[in-house]
Amino acid sequence: MTSPPAVRITDGAVELGGRPILRGIDLSVRQGEVLAVLGANGSGKSTLVRAMMGLVPICRGEVRLFDLPLASFGAWQRIGFVPQRVSAASGVPASVREVVASGRLSRRRPFVPQRRADREAVDAAIAAVGLAGKARDGVSTLSGGQQQRVLIARALAGAPDLLVLDEPTAGVDVQSQQGFADALASTVARGSTIVLVAHELGPLGPLVDRAIVMRDGRIAYDGPPIDAFTDADLSHDHHHVDLGRPGHDHVPTVASPLDGEGRR
Amino acid sequence: MSLLTYEFMVRALLGAVFTGLAAPAVGTYLVQRRLALMGDGIGHIAVTGVAIGLLTGASPTVTAVIVAVIGAVVIEVIRESGRTSGDVALALLFYGGIAGGVLVTGLAGQSAATLNTYLFGSITTISWSDVWVTIALALVVVVVAVGLSPQLFAVAQDQEFAQVAGLNVRFYNLLVSVMAAVTVTVAMRTVGLLLVSALMVVPVATSQQVTRAFRSTLFAGMGLGLLASLGGVVLSALISFGPAQQGVAPGATIVLLAIAGFAAAYPVGVWLRRRQRLARPFAEVVDEFPLGEDHHTAVPEDHGHEHGPDCGHVAVRHGDHVDYVHDGHRHAVHGGHYDEH
Repeated sequence: MTSPPAVRITDGAVELGGRPILRGIDLSVRQGEVLAVLGANGSGKSTLVRAMMGLVPICRGEVRLFDLPLASFGAWQRIGFVPQRVSAASGVPASVREVVASGRLSRRRPFVPQRRADREAVDAAIAAVGLAGKARDGVSTLSGGQQQRVLIARALAGAPDLLVLDEPTAGVDVQSQQGFADALASTVARGSTIVLVAHELGPLGPLVDRAIVMRDGRIAYDGPPIDAFTDADLSHDHHHVDLGRPGHDHVPTVASPLDGEGRR
Repeated sequence: MSLLTYEFMVRALLGAVFTGLAAPAVGTYLVQRRLALMGDGIGHIAVTGVAIGLLTGASPTVTAVIVAVIGAVVIEVIRESGRTSGDVALALLFYGGIAGGVLVTGLAGQSAATLNTYLFGSITTISWSDVWVTIALALVVVVVAVGLSPQLFAVAQDQEFAQVAGLNVRFYNLLVSVMAAVTVTVAMRTVGLLLVSALMVVPVATSQQVTRAFRSTLFAGMGLGLLASLGGVVLSALISFGPAQQGVAPGATIVLLAIAGFAAAYPVGVWLRRRQRLARPFAEVVDEFPLGEDHHTAVPEDHGHEHGPDCGHVAVRHGDHVDYVHDGHRHAVHGGHYDEH
């Protein structure tokens, strides 16, 4: 018996404020797969992964996690989520350890203190992202790349079977990206499924089994990652607008080799 | 202590202890959500609740709790819907609450002085039933705020993450709102409805000058709230029953004490943050254009001393070595001389 896919979306569509954002999404991510979701700003890649976890409602079709419809899915400890954001800090100081400990909440009951397994998992997750010496530091004193690593550790602390990362490397220096790649590699080795939203793959490239490219709310490419995804110009932090094709301002530079099969 | 021989003073001090603990406990979550002024808004709405109690002859504390909770839930619903006009809706609610309170108090034939005891606190008019309600509600608030702190922290810190972790985000958001409403009414007899927000926010702002973790901020805030609240009641009593015999509402002395604490802690916070900023390691630059080992900038200037741990210049970690910062330079030891890094 083969294990059910970690994520399956059938004929999915998402509307936000009456505007169609995603259309005709058919996607199945098998367990153990490392899937990269690529595309330009506004192409719908973030919305796609948010719809996977029920953070935005789908208006059509069906989303299943580990073979259960989203509405009846309750095993949230199997899911780890690294949201897209600039900072791990909030209005009140919080230590690295406290933020990472939030990752165990899906396995804890209200009013019950942390168990030893929780503390050990938190320590291991902090060590896995290379912040072992900073567990007691305030997150607001860390650099942007280190804060992103804190958010990764928070997701890893729950030992998820499916790890969803929304642009974890955006605005992170190349060196921290390598640290990321290492932390993710050990997660992959454990057999976890990974869904990774990214502009470009950079050091994460070698980990990826499969890539989809989002364009204008639809999946424009689905297949093995092509070198062009990995080799995207890392020294640039902006994206070149493709002046040659007005009306398709969402087309990422990385997708240009795909134009032949881009319109499905 | 001769003050303790007055029974009303015992009641006032008991009220102060529990108010001082509960208000910053909830306030921590409000500050974390950047809703520091929400307690103020709920306080305005609760004025109408007090007035309804005065009009109907029911306990103003009970009617205030009911109206404040309804108001807090409405505020949360407006906030959650995330409309751009949300702040206008909140303003309508707040000012409607206080205007309604003044109107209904007038209808009830009560003087403004009666309403004043609810707006700014009063140590002589607290009844034993007020004290017991205060203690019971404050205990519930403290137990929930501390016992559920991991959940409440996670929801306030990152709502989407909390939702994917399987937490009922809406429930926890409503819980904080209801706790804030209950605390406002609990604190009404001690600091008063118009000043309660200060006791929720100022001790937290003070404690976070020196803390770097959430739990220590929470507990230090509660401790500071307790001190300000107790000290304020005692101060108010000393002034009111001292030689001058001037009645001073305890709300004023509590809040001014809390603010004095903040004023004392702020310079410490500034100093700590500056020290932290100076000690933050310099980023290691990844060379996109490798220039080779020989390429470095030697410093021509002579140094009167050798840089070291005790030289007095700011030492900052930079990769595998230490840079010394002085006079706009970053100097690192290289062989027998210094390099500019």
